[in-house]
Amino acid sequence: MKTFKSTLKYLFLIIASLVSIFPFVWMIIGATNSATDITKGKLSFGGELMNNITRLFEMADIPRAFFNSLKIALITTVLLLLISSAAGYAFEIYRSKARERIYNLLLLTMMIPFAALMIPLYKMFAMNGLSNTHSAIILPTIATAYIIFFFRQTTKAFPKDLMQAARVDGLNEFQIFFYIFIPTMKSSYAAAGIIAFMTSWNNFLWPLIILQSNEQKTMTLVLSSLSSAYFPEFGSIMVAIIIATLPTILVFFLLQRYFVEGMMGSIK
Amino acid sequence: MRQVNRKLGYEGRRNLVGWCFIALAVFLIALFYIYPVFNSLALSMTSGKGVVTKFVGFNNIIRLFKDSVFKEALKNTFIYFIFQVPIMLTFAMFIAVLLNSKNLKFRGIFRTAIFLPCVTSLVAYSILFRSIFSADGIVNVLLMDLHIIKQPIAWLIDPFFAKVTVILAITWRWTGYNMIFYLSGLQNIDPSIYEAAKIDGASKFRQFTAITVPLLKPIILFTSIMSTIGTLQLFDEVVNLTGGGASSPTLTATMTLSQYIYDLSFKYVPNFGYAATVSYVIVIIIAILGFIQFKVGGNKNENV
Repeated sequence: MKTFKSTLKYLFLIIASLVSIFPFVWMIIGATNSATDITKGKLSFGGELMNNITRLFEMADIPRAFFNSLKIALITTVLLLLISSAAGYAFEIYRSKARERIYNLLLLTMMIPFAALMIPLYKMFAMNGLSNTHSAIILPTIATAYIIFFFRQTTKAFPKDLMQAARVDGLNEFQIFFYIFIPTMKSSYAAAGIIAFMTSWNNFLWPLIILQSNEQKTMTLVLSSLSSAYFPEFGSIMVAIIIATLPTILVFFLLQRYFVEGMMGSIK
Repeated sequence: MRQVNRKLGYEGRRNLVGWCFIALAVFLIALFYIYPVFNSLALSMTSGKGVVTKFVGFNNIIRLFKDSVFKEALKNTFIYFIFQVPIMLTFAMFIAVLLNSKNLKFRGIFRTAIFLPCVTSLVAYSILFRSIFSADGIVNVLLMDLHIIKQPIAWLIDPFFAKVTVILAITWRWTGYNMIFYLSGLQNIDPSIYEAAKIDGASKFRQFTAITVPLLKPIILFTSIMSTIGTLQLFDEVVNLTGGGASSPTLTATMTLSQYIYDLSFKYVPNFGYAATVSYVIVIIIAILGFIQFKVGGNKNENV
């Protein structure tokens, strides 16, 4: 009975793991096959890889889209970490009734669906001549309740006697944040940074609304438009998906600990 | 600055510093979240094509009740929500419990594999699923080889199966994510509680319902709220999985509220006012469901 149960357990976990991994295998095999073979479910490697790559780079300006996504994600991550961590830190360190009320209001914004924001945001950016710019994508995402909340939670673990010692040494409050808090909390910054980067890199709906010209488009937009063809060139699209997924997979395997910490940060 | 410092005193100075630190973030959130959410509410009372709009009061709400596409999108959104969230969270909990069992071999490999779908972008995995579930695709080939089905299933086109495909896809993407939350919750439960229950003769199932679930209640609540918000906002998946060119008959069969709002605002002749009304339907649903989940799952006497 015991071995039977244990076999079932392993069997279930193996199936769940295979199902989870299969689309990744499919993506890699697909990159070497033609579109017809892919839609017919061919499960072995083919010889179309070079053709798929060449065709992909003819169909879309992949380097440009990749660079656009990278630029937006990096700028967003740096600004978001700086602005939102400062706020999360201050809500925890400098407490006051008024700020506590503001904090609770900020938390509520996590519940607002983006659908209820996108029309006013679109009008706001279009009226100010910022439509079809990367600034329009970066600006609304550099202060988020989630990251502020994350940093308020992690600030609770920040040793307060470090602050006292720094004050005695004559550092002012801003220097304490930049020279003591940020270096001490490096791993929290790594965790939040990964989440920020991933969210920006994978963003779809807002760029879809605000970006019109091909030169400005991001990887997700290019992916989506390639696949919306009547007969999608799945072979080339698989190559594009690999390119679009590679950065996040790399980050995941290199920094798995921070990755999970960033996702979990909200419930600690 | 020095003079200001002297006048304000220590407490006042700290207070001022506190405001400086939060000012930019609060300003940005007010500008990009709070102002738009109220602006949407104001917009929902207007109607018109493009920039020419007029005040119509509650007419948009009346229009909602007559709008068959809206009803379809609302129905679909609810179907996704009612079926997908419980299925996914049950799976996630089940896997987490299995992964947390003592003496499990290859724990790390299983965990990493099941978590891996989280690294994909919503657009990328939707396209992958579209190729996997295509008419002559690998899923149909496998199911026919195993003699489970005789005819290929039109996974992306048939109104029923298109919804099934969307649900399967979302479950694939998010089960591992929720599993990680449960797993870390399980690891924080003191094993001696289970030991005591075992001595008292409690079965595995009884231990799960009497110990695990109550102790994980805050996490279960958190994951169900986050999943609910996510499902009600579904957009990327339906657009890229079933909403593409080749499967246009399915458009309304899988259409979600977010997709309808997008179409109303940016695809057809824009009617921002009516689209804003539809968006407020999501706001209200999330508010109501969030409230219910707190009432059902929250317990004021418990320390979260």
